[in-house]
Amino acid sequence: MCALGLLVLLLCAVQPAFAKSDDPVLLELQTLLISSNNQDRTKAIELLTQSQHELAFDIYGLLLEGKFFFNRTDNQLYLVDRAEAGQSALHFLDERDVVIERPRDFRRVALNNAQRTQIRRVMAQTGLTADSSKTRIKAVRQMMGDPDPEALSLIRAAYTSETNDKVRDLMAVAIAIDTLTQTDEAAQRDAIDTLAASLEPRARNALNQFVSQTENASLKELAEKGLIGIEQKIKFYKGLETVYFGLSLGSVLVLAAIGLAITFGVMGVINMAHGELIMIGAYTTFVIQQLMPNHIGLSVLVAIPAAFVVSGLVGIAIERGVIRFLYGRPLETLLATFGISLVLQQAVRTIFSPLNKTVETPSWMSGMLEFNPVFAITLNRLYIIIFCLLVFFALLMILKRTALGLQVRAVSQNRAMARAMGVRSERVDMMTFGLGSGVAGIAGVALSQITNVGPNLGQAYIIDSFMVVVFGGVGNIWGTLVAGMTLGVANKIMEPWAGAVLAKILVLVFIILFIQKKPRGLFPQRGRAAEG
Amino acid sequence: MKQMNKKLATATCALALSIAAITAQASDTIKVGVLHSLSGTMAISETTLKDTMLMLIEEQNKQGGVLGKQLEAVVVDPASDWPLFAERARELLERDKVAAIFGAWTSVSRKSVLPVVEELNGLLFYPVQYEGEESSKNVFYTGAAPNQQAIPAVDYLMNELGIERWVLAGTDYVYPRTTNRILEAYLKSKGVAEADIMINYTPFGHSDWQTIVSDIRRFGGEGKKTAVVSTINGDANVPFYRELGAQGVSAEDIPVIAFSVGEEELSGIDTAPLVGHLAAWNYFMSIDTEANDEFIDTWHAFTGDTNRVTNDPMEAHYIGFNMWVEAVNKAGTTDPSAVQEAIIGVTVPNLTGGYAAMMPNHHITKPVFIGEIQSDGQFEVVWQTPSTVVGDAWSDFLEGSKDIISDWRKPLSCGNYNVVTKTCSGQNFE
Amino acid sequence: MMLWNLIKEDRGGQILLLLLAIAIIAVPMLNALPPDHALHIPTYTVALLGKYLTLALLALSVDLVWGYLGILTLGHGAFFALGGYVMGMYLMRQIGERGVYGHPELPDFMVFLNWDSLPWYWTGLDQFWFAAILIILVPGLLAFIFGALAFRSRVSGVYLSIITQALTFALMLAFFRNEMGFGGNNGLTDFKDILGFSLQARETKVGLFVASAVALALGYLISRAVIQSRLGKVCVAVRDAESRARFLGYRVENVKLWVFTLSAMIAGVAGALYVPQVGIINPNEFSPLNSIEIVVWVAVGGRATLYGAVAGALFINYAKTWFTTELPDVWLFALGAIFVLVTLFLPKGIAGLFRRKEASV
Repeated sequence: MCALGLLVLLLCAVQPAFAKSDDPVLLELQTLLISSNNQDRTKAIELLTQSQHELAFDIYGLLLEGKFFFNRTDNQLYLVDRAEAGQSALHFLDERDVVIERPRDFRRVALNNAQRTQIRRVMAQTGLTADSSKTRIKAVRQMMGDPDPEALSLIRAAYTSETNDKVRDLMAVAIAIDTLTQTDEAAQRDAIDTLAASLEPRARNALNQFVSQTENASLKELAEKGLIGIEQKIKFYKGLETVYFGLSLGSVLVLAAIGLAITFGVMGVINMAHGELIMIGAYTTFVIQQLMPNHIGLSVLVAIPAAFVVSGLVGIAIERGVIRFLYGRPLETLLATFGISLVLQQAVRTIFSPLNKTVETPSWMSGMLEFNPVFAITLNRLYIIIFCLLVFFALLMILKRTALGLQVRAVSQNRAMARAMGVRSERVDMMTFGLGSGVAGIAGVALSQITNVGPNLGQAYIIDSFMVVVFGGVGNIWGTLVAGMTLGVANKIMEPWAGAVLAKILVLVFIILFIQKKPRGLFPQRGRAAEG
Repeated sequence: MKQMNKKLATATCALALSIAAITAQASDTIKVGVLHSLSGTMAISETTLKDTMLMLIEEQNKQGGVLGKQLEAVVVDPASDWPLFAERARELLERDKVAAIFGAWTSVSRKSVLPVVEELNGLLFYPVQYEGEESSKNVFYTGAAPNQQAIPAVDYLMNELGIERWVLAGTDYVYPRTTNRILEAYLKSKGVAEADIMINYTPFGHSDWQTIVSDIRRFGGEGKKTAVVSTINGDANVPFYRELGAQGVSAEDIPVIAFSVGEEELSGIDTAPLVGHLAAWNYFMSIDTEANDEFIDTWHAFTGDTNRVTNDPMEAHYIGFNMWVEAVNKAGTTDPSAVQEAIIGVTVPNLTGGYAAMMPNHHITKPVFIGEIQSDGQFEVVWQTPSTVVGDAWSDFLEGSKDIISDWRKPLSCGNYNVVTKTCSGQNFE
Repeated sequence: MMLWNLIKEDRGGQILLLLLAIAIIAVPMLNALPPDHALHIPTYTVALLGKYLTLALLALSVDLVWGYLGILTLGHGAFFALGGYVMGMYLMRQIGERGVYGHPELPDFMVFLNWDSLPWYWTGLDQFWFAAILIILVPGLLAFIFGALAFRSRVSGVYLSIITQALTFALMLAFFRNEMGFGGNNGLTDFKDILGFSLQARETKVGLFVASAVALALGYLISRAVIQSRLGKVCVAVRDAESRARFLGYRVENVKLWVFTLSAMIAGVAGALYVPQVGIINPNEFSPLNSIEIVVWVAVGGRATLYGAVAGALFINYAKTWFTTELPDVWLFALGAIFVLVTLFLPKGIAGLFRRKEASV
């Protein structure tokens, strides 16, 4: 993250101002903040709020970021970016600059949830007049839950001058919630209408509360009708959400399986090391992030080709070293690759330790795309769905439109004939396996964004991957796409009523039964090749 | 043909002999068994505990060992395979004649080892928080029982944060099931309505949390302040927290309190979106005491890595090991029966500035801390119990066990004595 | 004489049965020697050997379907585990009032989860004869139903392998569920006695060892009998050219079905003998990786020889015990390397090594 740069800026900006060591507010603030008593920190925030100190907002920001440290050796307050040996610590009140020798001497001035909320509320009030409409929406949401009557009057004031429709609507809801508790019936009626049109959880809660408390029958009826309308909308969006969740789970399954669709589906190698190739891709992402710690956003993009190359090379090594001796004995490739998977797992344990590794989510991938208060989709999942489709179509193009693809299909359908036609089948095998492995590596990059990066990563996906490929029909990557998406959506539709465990069992039973019906999967391969 | 017969026969003989080869060494060291998985799925957590034991033994040897003898660690690898835990425990006790075993992590591994240590009258020090409902003469539970972790945590949420709605989310196995049953009973006894409790179980290693997190969000958006009590285990945590972060559930809206997420688990997660979520433990690395400082320094020196973190089960081993040493010194022998008798009442300092005492029910006294996750992967203590809490083997909130007590002192000498029917069941030696 | 006919041409089998016979007599005797005697075999080792033998029996059952029928089963661990669970349930019922809660009928984990009565599928399991029947019947029935479905619809090759894997994976997830009434993740453990004999007693352990050795010998003979019969010839025909066998008028499905079911029963017996010797049964036994490992034992030992499967199982499991004690970090490297090297250089496994020499002599 670029927190470092930000801090440097901030520090530079505030440093001269802080250097007023005789400011009584700041002096008291220091005493309160270095106290080990939690209550004192709450007091410090109150003090800052009441004093309306010119630096209050800078200090809030630094507090929220956890940049304040107190030095146990001299009992003074410092600003520190990272409490590591060799880093410098800046004194809060004068311009002393200390180099940290023992990081443990510097204790972070930590806030608890209540204190963070306290600060955010104060900051929200200024957010109402911010330039960005997003910040304003956030501020209104924050203040909707604020019992402080002053907050409401601030909203009322801002409402009149607000130009953005979305923000205005939200403000109207906030005002309506308050109006509902008043006694003017006409106003209440309007308020109910406003609230019934909103999907904000707080609007619904307010209506619910109103229904349970009011004695006015006609108003109650109106509110109840509004609630039913809201419930219906929520139900609809929940269904939409389930489909989205299903597609996103499906795309993870497809990504995990699609490399296998090539190595197993096209080449007939039962590649048990497939999961480990995914794992290698994920670890590549980790290493890339270590190499470029200041460009996390970029690192994931860099990791995609890197993982493709690393996993692809490992795949080629496996193919050259082991698998090429086993063509025509598909079941034995299972044993050899299972052995390889064990070796790769243990190798990762030895090199990277058995602990999970942190792979950060770049800021452009975090957050949500909000359509309305009850339906929002997570960006990281959205990117993964898009990414999955991109990878899929790229592969499809390679297989259908390139010379390599033609050769791959030729070799997989009839090796002897292909050789007779001058195809260098050995080279094609190597390239195909490398391609499948490389794609597995790419899947690892995507998975590193949603799950553990550890030695067991591969094992967690290998069985699912095989299920997807077999369900879709071996040798058909369209089948893999449809199968993955189907299983994902089916799983998610069942999950709410069956629970996560049972849903998974049902999916497996379904696959078993399906294979009875269509022994060669959704999209069976036709012709002689299928007999092999 | 004959040649082949001979070869096969020799090979088989060699195999049988090498299994049978048991050398009774006349040793002048005291052996201590370390039974933690070094491979397989549990290696991620247990390897650290093995290192902790090696460090503690090394430190003890620097101070002259025990009873004038040096300690010798016997490390074996049960490979996260539950039957193998029993086999390895038997090997440690029968073949290596270890004086005590420090080990196991999961409940099932403890259950697997239990019959073996009872049969061979060994000593097992179990360092992980667990579901309770057990008290063996041969096992010392140095991790937390549910009343030393879950109940104080809920008290904190209820009293300090004003939580009114509860999501109990856990992995589907015995520890979450029991803890959640205890919590459910406890919450109801505090007047929480059935509709305000949502219980959810997921399989091990569950990786797709979209639906559940979205349900939690919806459940929490219905007007009452909501918290999640998480007994989600191990690998499933990372995708869970990631999904929380992705769906924008912040600790200020819906705090999540975890019983299985410590410093080591956090070292594998990007903690930035998690700041403010909570954990309840009996130890945090960030706790500022001299003993803890020293322990961390020793750990860093031992591992040669100043980035290594310490965690709660490590402290449990620290306490358990010191208690065992103390008890052996007190008894003047490593004989298990003598140590069992001597260890009850033994008090040693813990790492958080207090003392831990071994109680007659083989559980220990522990302070309970609630910590909030910080952006550097550490916890900041926001609340702690005013004094230490005695571990309760049998929960007062479960139908089957509220009448059961455990006291391994004479004359009762019983791990599960029913005070109503006045009978002792289970393991009963006398 | 009939028995001799079964193994007349099977040198490996002769040696195996001879060794088993020696073990059945010698191990109890050596175990009875005083502990300080040079040839004494500790009870601990006897139990370990017993465990290996049950695993060898399991490998044998896999070789029967893989070696002779060409079905690469990646789910045989399921039948093993089912047999083990039936035995485990019987052993749980034997605990009676000695459980930690002292409940006369319910196992501890049920008291713990507030169940008020035994689920229906636990009834009758306090009787050994009933448990013994179920040990064979439950895995057999599952295999029969599964096989009937799969073979009738001509699922074969990789598809069959994958759905066997799906089967065991689904069972694993199901048994992990606490609502199933099989103890969830903790499984069944803390057994006290079997047929009235304490499981902790030396004699019981030796007895279980002998029972395992006898079961292995019997399993071997039964498998040989199947292979040598007309059915066995058809099996090989199906393995090598399924379509041709079908065109010749053989009911390929039926052949596959019967042998598959028999093999599942043998696996069930192996599981039932395994559980009292290791003292625990838990859903992990259903794990698909375990089932793959079994296949690997067979491959390492040598496919389609039966005795090879036994040798492979013993070899790998002994290696596992040795490595995880002596060199825990190297274990997975070693195991992985064995798999790769054996498939590359010993396609016929350890047994093939000897056979080749045999041929050259």
